[in-house]
Amino acid sequence: MSTFRVAGRGRIDRSRPIRFTFDGRTVQGYEGDTVASALLANGTHLMGRSFKYHRPRGAVTAGSDEPNALVGTRRGPGRFEPNTRATMQEIYEGLRTESQNRWPSLGFDVGGVNDRFYMLFSAGFYYKTFMWPRSFWDKVYEPVIRAAAGLGKPPTEPDPDRYASRFLHCDVLVIGAGPAGLAAALTAGRSGAKVVLVDEQSEMGGSLLSEPSVEIEGQPAWDWIAATMAELASMDNVRLMNRTTAIGYYHQNMVGLCQKLTDHLPVPPEGAPRERMWKVRAGEVVLAQGALERPLVFDGNDRPGVMLAGAAQTYLNRFGVLVGRRAVVVTSHDSAWYAAFDLADAGCKVAAIVDTRAEVMSALREQARVRGIEVLPSHTVTGTAGRLRVKSVRVNPVVNGKVGAARSLDCEALLMSGGWTPSLHLFSHTKGSLHWDEEAEAFLPGRKTEACRIAGAGRGLWGIGKALEDGAKAGAAAARALGHEAEAKSLAVANDREGRGVTHKELPTDRDPGRARAFIDFQNDVTAKDIRLAVREGMRSIEHVKRYTTNGMATDQGKMSNMNGLAIAADAVGKAPPQVGLTTFRPPYTPTTFGAFAGYHRGSHFEVTRKTPIDSWAEEHGAVYEPVSLWRRARYFPRGNEDMRAAVARECRMTRASVGIFDASTLGKIEVAGPDAVEFMNRMYTNPWTKLAAGRCRYGLLLGEDGYIRDDGVIGRLSNDRFHVTTTTGGAARVLGMMEDYLQTEWPDLRVWVTSTTEQWATIALNGPNARNLLAPFVEGQDMSDEAFPHMSVAECTVAGFPARLFRMSFTGELGFEINVPARHGRALWEKLWEAGQEYDICPYGTETMHVLRAEKGYIIVGQDTDGTVTPDDAGFGWAVGRKKPDFVGKRSLTRPDIVAPGRKQLVGLLTDEPDVVLEEGAQIVADPDQPKPMTMLGHVTSSYWSETLGRSIALALVAGGHGREGETLHVPMPDRTITAKVTGTVFFDPENTRIKL
Amino acid sequence: MLLIHCPYCEQDLPELEFAYGGEAHIARPADPSALTDEEWRDYLFIRSNPRGVHFERWRHVHGCARFFNAVRETVGDKFLMTYKTGEPRPSEEEVEARLKELSA
Ligand SMILES: [Zn+2]
Repeated sequence: MSTFRVAGRGRIDRSRPIRFTFDGRTVQGYEGDTVASALLANGTHLMGRSFKYHRPRGAVTAGSDEPNALVGTRRGPGRFEPNTRATMQEIYEGLRTESQNRWPSLGFDVGGVNDRFYMLFSAGFYYKTFMWPRSFWDKVYEPVIRAAAGLGKPPTEPDPDRYASRFLHCDVLVIGAGPAGLAAALTAGRSGAKVVLVDEQSEMGGSLLSEPSVEIEGQPAWDWIAATMAELASMDNVRLMNRTTAIGYYHQNMVGLCQKLTDHLPVPPEGAPRERMWKVRAGEVVLAQGALERPLVFDGNDRPGVMLAGAAQTYLNRFGVLVGRRAVVVTSHDSAWYAAFDLADAGCKVAAIVDTRAEVMSALREQARVRGIEVLPSHTVTGTAGRLRVKSVRVNPVVNGKVGAARSLDCEALLMSGGWTPSLHLFSHTKGSLHWDEEAEAFLPGRKTEACRIAGAGRGLWGIGKALEDGAKAGAAAARALGHEAEAKSLAVANDREGRGVTHKELPTDRDPGRARAFIDFQNDVTAKDIRLAVREGMRSIEHVKRYTTNGMATDQGKMSNMNGLAIAADAVGKAPPQVGLTTFRPPYTPTTFGAFAGYHRGSHFEVTRKTPIDSWAEEHGAVYEPVSLWRRARYFPRGNEDMRAAVARECRMTRASVGIFDASTLGKIEVAGPDAVEFMNRMYTNPWTKLAAGRCRYGLLLGEDGYIRDDGVIGRLSNDRFHVTTTTGGAARVLGMMEDYLQTEWPDLRVWVTSTTEQWATIALNGPNARNLLAPFVEGQDMSDEAFPHMSVAECTVAGFPARLFRMSFTGELGFEINVPARHGRALWEKLWEAGQEYDICPYGTETMHVLRAEKGYIIVGQDTDGTVTPDDAGFGWAVGRKKPDFVGKRSLTRPDIVAPGRKQLVGLLTDEPDVVLEEGAQIVADPDQPKPMTMLGHVTSSYWSETLGRSIALALVAGGHGREGETLHVPMPDRTITAKVTGTVFFDPENTRIKL
Repeated sequence: MLLIHCPYCEQDLPELEFAYGGEAHIARPADPSALTDEEWRDYLFIRSNPRGVHFERWRHVHGCARFFNAVRETVGDKFLMTYKTGEPRPSEEEVEARLKELSA
């Protein structure tokens, strides 16, 4: 039963009834309703409980600035959204909504007890109440706060919806489709400019939708909207986007738009995205976002049934809903008078218009008199009554600043208006300045930083006629600025509702203001008293007041509360509002889903996964993977029920016993070529390269100018003017960028070209005593004997008929080869070697075994055994530094005072006293385990493994003065025990390198 | 998201294609070994970090991959101009004129 619907009013479609549920109760509305309008039509004002005091609350607005009427919406598994504004959510058949912040029910809520103790919950109570005793924090305060905090409940399942994103370029972006925005879009559109018009509402028209009695060019306002929309829709150069919120205004006229696509549909189309994020780059932006109505601040201004007068007017004219049969209006602005007249004409008994001002236009008084509405000028409101709904309001005359005797007026709805705040959030995102306008008593746009224009109520203009005129001018100016010919056509407006008003701090009262529950921020339960207390306690900056009281910090970002908070803070500080200033508005304009920001970047699309040409073989052979930078790499190849430790132990055994095969394709590869290639290599790497013959390779070390190790890798000289450089897997792009930087900016005279070839080559490493026996029969064009092709050689030849760059090198301490073939042949070569290797009991091994085998030899991994503060000497790589070279990157730093100072952290080996104990990587090391805490830490474990080869654990560590500590016992304190270990050299296995030289 | 003019591609392109490269016009000394510790420290670590006009390096890393120089106003976060590596640092007058142009 729609008992509060008014026949003949509103834009809802009465032929299309829609049922949805609110807290399990079925509610009927019509197509075109929001959750709030449908509930109000059924006489339901109570829609939620407030955050801190759990006070009963109803809708106070009819738009996106709503602080109170937040509901959870649910449409099947995973599709639950908390904090949806009931004033914005369109209803559809089957929609399920639930109220928030109440238990066990909205009508009876246990948390409401907070309201009885409100004196305890004053400003800054988080900072004050829970400070003592310290020991209560973890066990008492924090769990209780956590359980009680937060608005709504987060969803518990993954979001099954899809979200899209698009880029868009246009000439003129018009934000807001009220009278100013429509006029701007029409004018710019007619000029031929490419126009985008966006509005957050389900239909365009803005305030005109709530003002059907206004006439434009002789047409009723709604007919004019229809004609305008039809003309705009007919233009190919105009794109209309409703349900689209401009969430942020970024540099150089880039505006983020979030478009809601399916939240209003009973059955979303299969595969359709729920929301689409648009990144629009506009030549000119017209901000036509209108103004937001302010509440008045008085005791009990938050009771359900107390709402903004403009909202009541919208519910009536747009939705055909009377918010109450008996209403009182309290206002400091003319606009609420018109709302009162509309409601009275629709059958509401308006008991009185209470105006804080002494003087009001006689025309308004006359219209009130005709309707039999009592007018109470120079009056204040000092309280309201009613438990879950307002039932009366207490009003008093104010004479010469003195509050007189109170009288009580019965009402079902109390409509308030404290004036209008220009909506300049987006303008503020651009860091455009705001200046205080004395006459408008508002902040208006000042200096601009972007190519934008503000039109209509956004710059303090009031009335439909002024908005249309200003919008048309802004649209024309924007189009002209982009070279189009445009003219602002003026429109004749009749029955316009112009008006003016004044602003207030708290309304005067005859009661103790210290006990008044006069709310400013409804969502965060901040009262006028809280603001004054914050100032008394020393907060002077508005930013401090905001954080201390949490005023304006709720999900509505203070759209309603900001100006009232400022007026009261300014009064308490004793300064004018512009001297106190505004807090900063930040994107997004309204709460935006994470899904919309993530767009397509979720699941496997969150980050690319790089795979080598041999990856598919590893997958078929049961590899367990690990991520290494963007690559996925085979970590080990378990057989049967092997766990990682068993698999790695076996892979290590088999490789050292016969031969192992390893996919090293992820290694970074850079081709350095040109007449000055050797000079370039001499300058970039620490090592000397001049005397390295073609066909030989060398371990190369790369420093930053600060002298710290940046990267390493084996580098082969293919010919006098060509090097095959390898880098760490994760460092490839960085090294290439560093080379490019020096070549482009420091040594542009060098004739050298560097090219990334990482993905051009597949790289297969064969290691083990049988490596040559396996490989040699496949090689043509290179004598594979130790004499002709010794350790650290490189050759261009063919392997299994594929063109190859063949390296003899080792990262395991075994006889080793790395075969590079064009990537497309990688898997074919791997399979041939695998097949032939069966004779040698060949073993595929992964990165974990590679790590163990290299650690047994003391080969470092840059980034694991170094951390960006390790010099070549620290790492024990002094031998790799060509000290006789006049210069190389980082050379000068190797004699910096702090780099030659004693006590630097140096890389050492660690052997635990208990051989079965494997240290944790990252564990801290101390000299004396009995010293008082905090202990002096000497360094940390960088690499630690079980060594199958040695039958014991091994570790590498960075330890202060480590090179001088060989033989010392150090201590590794762990949560349950302290582990002792001896400092050793870093080479644990085959220190004479006999196995490499086979 | 800023639009950045690549002086090599001669196009205004989205910031996403570019990478910041630190302060500009700090040339690597021709002979670092001739520098005192203090001089080398200054080259390595000391940067101007101004509030306002900053000369800085950028690289069109997801484009032509070239390094170039830019003048950016760090308060409003606005690019005043970009120019090729090796071209002279714009004069104070040129920068002032560009600032005026942008604030007009
Ligand atoms: Zn470029």
